[in-house]
Amino acid sequence: MLIRNAGQIRSSEITPKSVYLNRRHFMAGSVAALSMGSAGVASAAKLDLVPSAFSTDEALTPKEAATTYNNFYEFGTRKEDPANRSSEFTTTPWSVKIDGLVDRPADYALEDLMSPHQLEERIYRLRCVEGWSMVIPWAGVSLSKILELAGPQSGAKYVAFETVVRPDEMPGQRGFGQALDWPYVEGLRLDEAMHPLTLMANGMYGEELPNQNGAPLRLVVPWKYGFKSIKSIVRITLTEKEPPTTWNIANPREYGFYSNVNPQVDHPRWSQATERPIGGGLGAGRKDTLMFNGYADEVASLYAGMDLKVNY
Amino acid sequence: MLQSLSPLVRRVPVWTVYVLGLAPGVWVWYAAFNNKLGADPLAALEHETGIWALRFLIAALAVTPLLRLLKLNLIKFRRAFGLLGFYYALMHLVAWVWLDRGLLWSAIWAEIIKRPYITIGMAAFAVLVPLAVTSNNLAVRRIQAATWKRIHWWAYPATLLGAVHFILVVKRWPPEPMIYLGIVVALLAWRAWKPVKMRLAKPA
Repeated sequence: MLIRNAGQIRSSEITPKSVYLNRRHFMAGSVAALSMGSAGVASAAKLDLVPSAFSTDEALTPKEAATTYNNFYEFGTRKEDPANRSSEFTTTPWSVKIDGLVDRPADYALEDLMSPHQLEERIYRLRCVEGWSMVIPWAGVSLSKILELAGPQSGAKYVAFETVVRPDEMPGQRGFGQALDWPYVEGLRLDEAMHPLTLMANGMYGEELPNQNGAPLRLVVPWKYGFKSIKSIVRITLTEKEPPTTWNIANPREYGFYSNVNPQVDHPRWSQATERPIGGGLGAGRKDTLMFNGYADEVASLYAGMDLKVNY
Repeated sequence: MLQSLSPLVRRVPVWTVYVLGLAPGVWVWYAAFNNKLGADPLAALEHETGIWALRFLIAALAVTPLLRLLKLNLIKFRRAFGLLGFYYALMHLVAWVWLDRGLLWSAIWAEIIKRPYITIGMAAFAVLVPLAVTSNNLAVRRIQAATWKRIHWWAYPATLLGAVHFILVVKRWPPEPMIYLGIVVALLAWRAWKPVKMRLAKPA
């Protein structure tokens, strides 16, 4: 029998202590990854996070639901398309062009944007304009910290965001009958962008973002309908004028620039008074939608004096 | 063209169409209650029952063009197609009223009145009810042929309303509801054009 001494064991073969100590969890994760197929193979590294006072204590949406039920039209219009059709999407290396009215316009490597900051875990409610909702533990930093790196100038009033365009890797961006004009663009007023609730997320459920959820970097604006939280961001531009936004271009009567969650202002075709929590099975039922998705105490002052029926 | 299939069609008993036709409905209800429909089982249940209603209504409307254009005779299945379309529309309505809206009747009524896509969907269902009620041998015997035909002409507007209802629940213009609407419009156009052609063909 050959007994190898320590010198013959390569360091890459040694099981990390954390994995060893959490081996039951690791095994369960491996089994889950195998059974999930392509969606599970891309399981990401654990992130180092601190908790946030902004987090809700509501029950989390199961990760399985939050990573298989997505609107990300770059990969297709069906809810399962992003999980099923995003495996070709590559997110390393990744850089974000920050330009417009900033002191230090540049292409910033993703690491340079995120690593100066301590990542936080923020458990936010997510309300889709379609009338369903989730509770998701995001990982990221306040957008304000990232904008400060580039130095917004005094003339800047708005922030415009842009999603990557890669027809080779994003099946929804090629072929016949594409759902939207690309790139997907979104925008916020500068005070909305600088609000501490506004998050730049690079992870969820303690791990890096899966492709279908907007890897490697996405916006999360919890008091606005989900489509404002633009995914896979490659460009951030500070501007003086209100930037165009994708859903407003597609249907200005139905989707406004602000798109704050508001149970009193219905979508022209359906009610926004209630929502269906996703992940609770058939018996989950409906619950009342809250003004500003429950973040009124934090953000209502941003809209003081505005008619929210006009500025929908 | 497809005449060669006719002996096969003759040998298939109608009840097999009901059994096969109801299979997806049985499956989707079972799957919905046993957490096999993904993250949003209710949306999947509503979508599947609605889409099967539309498919069977389209199948019923396609029977005559298939006979005229392709010489494929499916007439003995037409009642089954139509009734299956109604059964799925009923399942779709039950899913919405019961599981989606929790039997809150006043809120349900308010939605029917206020939301055009629901108004249109309800109208489609309401139109189908008299068609379903008269889709049996007794009714066919009791009701005059001309009257019966006039009642069942309403399958066209009902199916069109169903296809429009489908388009109105989606954002943008995804291909699936567009394809269904296209098929229904084509069937309607063929139906509208046929009498004109027959009149033109008649000697003066």
